[in-house]
Amino acid sequence: MAVIHDVIPAFELFQPTTVDDALGLLGRQGEKSWVLAGGLDSFDWFKDRIKRPDVVIDLSQIKELRGVRTVDDGLEIGAMTTLTEVVRHPIVREKYSLLPNAAESAASPQIRNQGTIGGNVSQDARCWYYRGGWPCYRAGGNICYADTPTGLNREHAILDADRCVAVNPSDTAPALIALDAKMVIRTPRGERVVNAEDYFIGPAIDITRMTILRPGDLLTAIRIPSTWAGAQFYFEKVRDRSVWDFALVNVAAALVTSGSTIERIRLAVNGVAAHPVRLKGVEAAVLGKPRNEETAELAGQLAIRGAQPLQYNGYKVPLMRNLVKRAIRDVAA
Amino acid sequence: MDLIEWAQSPWGRQIPIHVSWSLLWVSAIGGLVFLIVHAIYVRYWAKPVTAAADSSTLDTARIPERVARHSLGARLFHGIMALAMFALLLTAFLPKVGVRFAWVTYHWIAGIVLTISVIYHIIHASFWLDFWSIWPNNEDMEDASRRVSRALGQSAPPPRKFAKYPLENKLYHLVVTLAGLAVIGTGVFMMKRVHTPFLTRNPYLFSDMTWGWMYVLHGLAGIGFIALVTIHIYFAIRPEKLFITKSMIFGWMSREHYLEHYDPRRWPAAEQVSAAVRPESKKATA
Repeated sequence: MAVIHDVIPAFELFQPTTVDDALGLLGRQGEKSWVLAGGLDSFDWFKDRIKRPDVVIDLSQIKELRGVRTVDDGLEIGAMTTLTEVVRHPIVREKYSLLPNAAESAASPQIRNQGTIGGNVSQDARCWYYRGGWPCYRAGGNICYADTPTGLNREHAILDADRCVAVNPSDTAPALIALDAKMVIRTPRGERVVNAEDYFIGPAIDITRMTILRPGDLLTAIRIPSTWAGAQFYFEKVRDRSVWDFALVNVAAALVTSGSTIERIRLAVNGVAAHPVRLKGVEAAVLGKPRNEETAELAGQLAIRGAQPLQYNGYKVPLMRNLVKRAIRDVAA
Repeated sequence: MDLIEWAQSPWGRQIPIHVSWSLLWVSAIGGLVFLIVHAIYVRYWAKPVTAAADSSTLDTARIPERVARHSLGARLFHGIMALAMFALLLTAFLPKVGVRFAWVTYHWIAGIVLTISVIYHIIHASFWLDFWSIWPNNEDMEDASRRVSRALGQSAPPPRKFAKYPLENKLYHLVVTLAGLAVIGTGVFMMKRVHTPFLTRNPYLFSDMTWGWMYVLHGLAGIGFIALVTIHIYFAIRPEKLFITKSMIFGWMSREHYLEHYDPRRWPAAEQVSAAVRPESKKATA
């Protein structure tokens, strides 16, 4: 069980200065290695002595992984760019304000100074049974302690649960899905670019991982196409306290309207499933409709179809419904 | 290499959680090694099969051209069970070797199909087939002893021709029965751990320790099926066994194969009126 210690277990630390070196190290060390970005998720695991990697590969010295660059069709954000850098970047703020809004809602200023956007989207589940070192499905065991008659599951999933009911805690993930971002992954077999919504996986696909990253893979950058530059955005995060807290539910929307008619829309929520959920059904239903109370109500009702609340998280159903409703109704013009 | 993976329960007890997945490679490689060794043995060392003369004074003219071996019901069961087994193996082990897909629902649906087909088989075999024909008996043991002695160069009377099922078939059926009942018995309870339309989920039905051993048994039997299915397919496609495989597809085998390999006293076919016999054949044997 989790016992907080002052000193983390010993490991061998590597600090490569290029992506190629990092990939080489990952290839040589295999599954016993651990990739360290900002360390906010990693050091929790290490201090609780639940994850005990032999080798830690710290990406902080790889300059090519940092910074925001303008590319032909939008922006490319290095995976090791801190959340604060994302929040303060002028072009990001001007054209893709959805992302800085989401990034700024994550944790606290100190954590955003250290935490990276790559780490934020790749972080592990925060279910306390799992983080506490219990042998649950996600930890390789054969039970979900949160999905039991006495399990404490107030923060857990209402959608797409498959044995495990943990949720994805990222704030930037739904914003990136709404912006149609692409995740650039370097693997031993070369570079791979996937849509943000395909980067995340649920327990039905792989119960021990939150993303498609396999051992030896590295998220190197996030590309945001210009498609949604300057669109109307909405981000809202509901949490138990104003700072330094994970979302109970958050919502991110990008809209393009003509007059009051919705011409294009992308909508995603997080905190309701083990992966951020793009609401394609809602998008299709509101397309071509006026952005008004009636359409917003329709969107909210559609969003919660199929929701299966657990014993203590029934409140997430109306919460999600109302957040989606507000995302349609209250989006800034 | 550990056979079982252990974990510490929330109450501090060491509990088994499942079988070590590396064993699936042991099973797969074991099955392949068996068939390679067997193929080499048959090709280079095996002696020609000699069997004692038939113990019956048989009027071979009374045996139909096509000897009915498997009823339509039995063949349908075998096909459905095989499909369910393939689905179960693929959904269970592809994710373990890195092929990621949402497998749980397909797995329990295939498990239900397997369970229903096995229940049907038990009832069908018990009341409509010769139930005891598939279980090893004293004659099988005696013949096996003779065959082993002769293979080792010792003097022994020639073994009798087979009954409906050779001892190898009977032993295979026995092992598959045990492994099948293990996966079905544990699998039915494991469905209480996942959400299905049929059962109310209750992860507290058993203690962590009992659940753990149930998962271990399910995994062991499942992994065992990798080797068992590999071996089964191998024998099904061996040239000298193809007539048996065809009989599982078409329901009958030829009179020549029947007379060559089977003892009509142990598996009487002379009196049967095969549904597969064509009218002209009936006339010919009348």
